[in-house]
Amino acid sequence: MIMSWMWLIPALPLLGFIVLATLGRRMHSAGVAAVGTGSVGLSMIASAAAVWLFWVSAPPGGSVTVTLWQWVSAGSFSPSVSLTLDALSAVMIMVVTGIGFLIHLYSVRFMGGEEGYSRFFAYMNLFVGSMLLLVLAGNLLLLYLGWEGVGLCSYLLIGFWYADPENGRSARKAFIVTRVGDVALVVGLFLIATNLGTLDIATVASRAVSTWAPGSAIAVAAAALILGGAVGKSAQLPLHTWLPDAMAGPSPVSALIHAATMVTAGVYLIARTHVIFTLAPDVMMVTAIIGIAGVLVAGFSALAQTNIKRVLAYSTMSQLGYMFLALGVGAWSGAIFHLVTHAFFKSLLFLAAGVVILAMNHEHDIFAMGGLARKTPYTFWTFLLGALALTALPPTTAGFASKELILSRVWESGSGGRILWVLGILGVFVTSVYTFRLIFTVFGGKPREASPSNHPAQGHDEAHRGALKEGLAAGRDGRQAGVIMGVPLLILAVLCVVGGFLDLPRTLGGSPFITRFLETALPAGNHATEMPLSTDSILQIISEAVSLLGIPVGWLVSRRAVRIVTQTRAPEARPGFVRFFSGGMGFDWLYDRVIVRPFLWLWNVNKRDVADRISDGAGGLNMLFSRALRFTQNGRVRWYAAGVAAGAALVIAAAVLL
Amino acid sequence: MASVPFEYGLAVAAALFLLGLVGVLVRRNLLFILLCVEIMLNAAGLAFIVAGSRWGQADGQVMFIFLLSMAAAEVAVGLALILLLYSRHKDLDSDALGVGSVQDEDERQRLARRGDA
Amino acid sequence: MNLVYAASACVAIAATVMVITRRNAVHALLYLVVSLLAVAVIMLLLGAAFVAALEIIIYAGAIMVLFVFVIMLIGPRNDTVNPRTWVGPVILGLVLLAELVYVITSGKATSVAVKEVTPRQVGIALLGPYLIGVEVTAFLLLAGLVGAFHLGRRLAVSLGRKGD
Repeated sequence: MIMSWMWLIPALPLLGFIVLATLGRRMHSAGVAAVGTGSVGLSMIASAAAVWLFWVSAPPGGSVTVTLWQWVSAGSFSPSVSLTLDALSAVMIMVVTGIGFLIHLYSVRFMGGEEGYSRFFAYMNLFVGSMLLLVLAGNLLLLYLGWEGVGLCSYLLIGFWYADPENGRSARKAFIVTRVGDVALVVGLFLIATNLGTLDIATVASRAVSTWAPGSAIAVAAAALILGGAVGKSAQLPLHTWLPDAMAGPSPVSALIHAATMVTAGVYLIARTHVIFTLAPDVMMVTAIIGIAGVLVAGFSALAQTNIKRVLAYSTMSQLGYMFLALGVGAWSGAIFHLVTHAFFKSLLFLAAGVVILAMNHEHDIFAMGGLARKTPYTFWTFLLGALALTALPPTTAGFASKELILSRVWESGSGGRILWVLGILGVFVTSVYTFRLIFTVFGGKPREASPSNHPAQGHDEAHRGALKEGLAAGRDGRQAGVIMGVPLLILAVLCVVGGFLDLPRTLGGSPFITRFLETALPAGNHATEMPLSTDSILQIISEAVSLLGIPVGWLVSRRAVRIVTQTRAPEARPGFVRFFSGGMGFDWLYDRVIVRPFLWLWNVNKRDVADRISDGAGGLNMLFSRALRFTQNGRVRWYAAGVAAGAALVIAAAVLL
Repeated sequence: MASVPFEYGLAVAAALFLLGLVGVLVRRNLLFILLCVEIMLNAAGLAFIVAGSRWGQADGQVMFIFLLSMAAAEVAVGLALILLLYSRHKDLDSDALGVGSVQDEDERQRLARRGDA
Repeated sequence: MNLVYAASACVAIAATVMVITRRNAVHALLYLVVSLLAVAVIMLLLGAAFVAALEIIIYAGAIMVLFVFVIMLIGPRNDTVNPRTWVGPVILGLVLLAELVYVITSGKATSVAVKEVTPRQVGIALLGPYLIGVEVTAFLLLAGLVGAFHLGRRLAVSLGRKGD
């Protein structure tokens, strides 16, 4: 029964996109908001209904597939446009539409008065539609279509305020770096298509298991290439340099795309094709290593950031690293559960950060903020709940539950697992430090005056901005600046608090709801019960203690940093290692030296390249002939007579010889 | 009359014709050029005579008469033109009188540049 | 007879060579007259007495005299020839000569006894089959006459004499 209207789920936002793209300019802003938010809202209702029906009816094989039409029919290669609803995609569509709806609601007010309002909602709808296509795709080609769609929307939305060329540069950087991953993914798809003869996901899974030997070169190659694509999209090492710069987009964009959904597409992809990954254990180990490396690199970089959104960006990268770590050790449902909880608290953090930024007149520097706990209490409390979820501290349960799920699986996954666990704990500590550094800097200390507007777009509506500034700076915050912005924050905060009950660890009672739900799509493995309960408890206590330790350390770091800044030491005077971390541990610098500059040099050298030379040569040859033939037109009669005589000689010779 | 191989006659005509051609190509003075054109016409006429004699018909001579009258008319008009040209330009050099050519322009510029340098 | 033939051929060719290499216009003219006379002898030997006479009368007698008149009007114009400019045309001429001689001698050699063609025959041919040619020639001569006359009038004007 779901089948007949499952297509509505991605179709509604896409329809919203079409309406807004064609008519948006002429629509009243209320209409734009209604269409933009309504389409996602309707899709959310449809998704909820679909998931409910799916859960209740428990279809055979654990999935419902709707084939809409035949896409390509070229000999033996005939992918179709088919949507598959199974446990994994059910979770994903709830996350995408639910969080998407909340963020759209928030944007109605946040982006209110912006020039390009309808453009924003059009792009956001297109994004949600593409993301839904991605997660519902039953066919790898359709998945890739959604993949490309979200990449395009990411580019469009990062560079939303296009008047500033820096934003365009960030958008291009995001697009190009993820492109590298996309190429790997496409090659992987080619490999699968030519080797297994199909791109239908279920068929690929069964054929791969039957025809590929575990550890064989083909499985390793396919898995590695898919990993490449996931790494690009999820901003993991080495294709991670675009995520911090992607913060040039508006806060709702950062919340939706670069926290909750698009960057998790990589995690989803690996989970979706886990059959191939289980056939290539080496690639899984590489995934885990990439994950933990990302956790630590991003964590340390977040410690030194001064831009509030960049801290959150590195934090996203770090948490995605945990998800990759989980995938790498085979904890598929752990990764997905962390994806869900991360969507809750990270989007909450970004939305609250958006309110903070607006309250400070588009100020992004955390050292220009302070004392907002008193000025904007509602925002403070919601932000704090999100931060507590991130650091897996009570009273929030969401972050705690998912992180423990991952860490316990990591510990159990063999001898290397212990080392990974230790590194994971280190990551927990660093997470806690940078999170509380952020909180104490932004919300603690003495209140500061809002600086003059430094809005990312130029030519902005000053009058409207002024009104909002007054409203917010005078102490009214998220709640009074608009119920529309406050309600999503509230809902997300509640989800952070109770979300953990979706899969509480054994030590706290255990309610493996998510794991059981996902079992039909993702094997839970049978090692969940191997570890004695006491070991599990000790490990969890250790990680909680480490997290708690981060609070005073974070406070100390924040005090010191604020003191330094208020003594007006120039940014260049910061110690070397701080600058190193703040620059993302040198990756941007490395890529610039190793890749970008040689490429530009090559481009410069090859400016007049071979193809140019050939076409120039044609022109040059022409001119040569012209110059030579010019001599025949010299106005001398005798010359012309000579021409006649020579012609006669040639003709006679031809007549004689031929 | 004895028999004469007619190839010799045609060869003489050809030789005369080509000498006239060389003269046209070499000389610069318009008068000389006209003179050499007359040589060529005469040679052509000789060729006709030889041909007519070969077949023993009057056709060759008839053609020569036509040719002669044409040459006469041509010389008359041509010389009148030469006189006109001379009276206007005071110069009968065919190169100087010709339409300006690119090489002349290049050469003039090169000479001017060398003069300046 | 062959001797006379060969001799006049040589004279004609030699005189023509002199024509094209003289600097002095009058010298060239005179050499041309010699060449024409030699050609007339050749024609005589070929049995075309009528045109031989015509050659002398009209070609050497009228056309060359026209040239003399023009030289008289203009004054002796000496034409300087750069030896370097001879190279190209001579080569071209030699190439053409070789080709023509080849073409001429490639057929079978014929020697027919020379028959004299009398003026009577020429006249009958002219007024018979070639009547149209005669008429056209008349046109041509008329055109030449009118053209020369017209140009002469302009010449008279440009030379400053009062035209009528």
